[in-house]
Amino acid sequence: MRLLRRVPIHIVLTIGAISMVLPFIWMVSTSLKTPQETFIPPDFFHLRPTWIPDRIVISNYVQAWSEVPFPRYFLNTIFIAICTVFGVLITSCLAAYAFAKFDFPGRDPIFIFFLSMMIVPQAVYLVPSFIILSKLGWVDTYLALIVPWLAQIFSIFLLRQQFRTIPNDYYDAALIDGCSRMGFLWRVLVPLSKPTLVTIGLFSLLGSWNTFIWPLIMTNSDKIRPIQVGLSYFAQEQGTEYGLMMAAATFCVAPIIIVYFIAQRQVIESYARSGIKG
Amino acid sequence: MTERSVLRKNKISKRHRELLRAFVYIAPAAAIILVFRVLPIVAAFGVSFYYVMMGKIVGFAGFSQYLMLLSDSEFWNALLNTTYFVIGTVPVSLFLSLFVAVLLNQKIRALGLYRTIYFLPVVTSLVAVAIVWKWIFHPRLGLFNSFLEAIHLNPMMWLEEPRGIFAILASNVGIELPSWMAGPSLALVAITITNLWRGIGYNIVIFLAGLQSIPNEYYEAARIDGANRFQTFWKVTWPLISPTTFYVVIMTTIVSFQVFTLVYLMTGSPVGGPLGTTKVLVYYIFEKGFESGGDMGYASCVALVLFVIVLGLTLIQRRLIEHRVHYY
Repeated sequence: MRLLRRVPIHIVLTIGAISMVLPFIWMVSTSLKTPQETFIPPDFFHLRPTWIPDRIVISNYVQAWSEVPFPRYFLNTIFIAICTVFGVLITSCLAAYAFAKFDFPGRDPIFIFFLSMMIVPQAVYLVPSFIILSKLGWVDTYLALIVPWLAQIFSIFLLRQQFRTIPNDYYDAALIDGCSRMGFLWRVLVPLSKPTLVTIGLFSLLGSWNTFIWPLIMTNSDKIRPIQVGLSYFAQEQGTEYGLMMAAATFCVAPIIIVYFIAQRQVIESYARSGIKG
Repeated sequence: MTERSVLRKNKISKRHRELLRAFVYIAPAAAIILVFRVLPIVAAFGVSFYYVMMGKIVGFAGFSQYLMLLSDSEFWNALLNTTYFVIGTVPVSLFLSLFVAVLLNQKIRALGLYRTIYFLPVVTSLVAVAIVWKWIFHPRLGLFNSFLEAIHLNPMMWLEEPRGIFAILASNVGIELPSWMAGPSLALVAITITNLWRGIGYNIVIFLAGLQSIPNEYYEAARIDGANRFQTFWKVTWPLISPTTFYVVIMTTIVSFQVFTLVYLMTGSPVGGPLGTTKVLVYYIFEKGFESGGDMGYASCVALVLFVIVLGLTLIQRRLIEHRVHYY
């Protein structure tokens, strides 16, 4: 009886889940079609050739990968992501430590001032940031894509909340035992805050993989261009080559989806936790 | 030197040491935030009072550019389109995500699997989402129209359709609506659908976390009192979930006001088409500041209007949460 009552729920949830997944399946199936097949109007409830191509080809992947420097875009993004993730973790640990455990004049006003900066939409600081970066001569360099993102206010906030849950007695005891302040951060606080650090690392990684507007404005050459901007230009140039477009979209989302499936629990819980707190 | 003054001197230098130490720890983050966040925000205010051409200041404008906004029909059009987009997104997203979250919260099997699937679009890049959904909405070869045809509905022009959705629906039953009642263009509706698909998983996860924090005793009590499912939802779940609901509504609203990437990549030649019916505020800022003549002063004016809207919504959220949300 109980099981039977669950059936309608599962039907509804499955319909929802299918509509979440179908666009991905459609993307992959188009990417495996010949150009001729992509021009056959699809028939939704027919497996072939709508969902499973009559002739499966991988030429779209080969062509998309070599037509524009996607390998270069990938390397750029990986480089930017690694620098950003490590940079954010270090600057956040240091700043959150000071805001959570040190006692100095102006501590809370400064922190609240930083927090209030989070409300400002990116569109407000986009234009002046471009001016500042061009004055620095950083436009179209890695510096423009990495340095401004090396400190993230939200990460400092999350980590400060976490550090505050660790009793001050530990701090006093460690200092009395001759532990340096820096030593306390790396040997006590950081090991006790791993889930929060994972959250920050994941947000930072997803952010640098998926970021678009900033690099769209701050880059203009292939050498520096990260993956999403490369993908957008590629798609805009293809016109009606839908197979090529979908192949490129597939290999651009594949890495992040693999990371997501490996760490899906951490990813979802990170979002849930930070959402409720923020 | 007396003992007291030595003590005092030590105390002062201890305070200085503490301040210096804090400064060293905060400096890396603070330097970046000051140069790349605070400074640009201040500059945005400043530059909005100047005439700028091709990125060069050419004269002092005072408030005149803000006054220009009032009579700038393109700005009002962008604000209207953005508002349509927000109104189309927020209630639907709220309803669907709460509905799914409530179903998922029934201690069902495969909860983890469902949650993983619903969340998948959230981690997918907006660029890929835009490219794939533009293909899905293709008038002749798209998946969406093939679905409509399969269930015996008329295919539509979607991203190429400038007519308003209400006008289209009304004309199907033979009514001609005046243009101010036409509603968002079908193109903007298509972009809204894409945005809903991409964002719903995030709201589901937030709602699910909120639902799971409601103590089970409330549901037991409702069950003992003989409440049915709807009564339980309206009398127990809905009031207890209200802090999460406020959060979801305000966050979805703030994020939706800043829509850019979907419009930029799903509409084309020119972006914001057809007939400017999908031009939104952030794209207008981008266009003014970077595309046509580098009018960064005027772009900043528009950006600050957006800021005021977002700030207002944030303050409302604060208010509501402080006043309404103390249930347990």
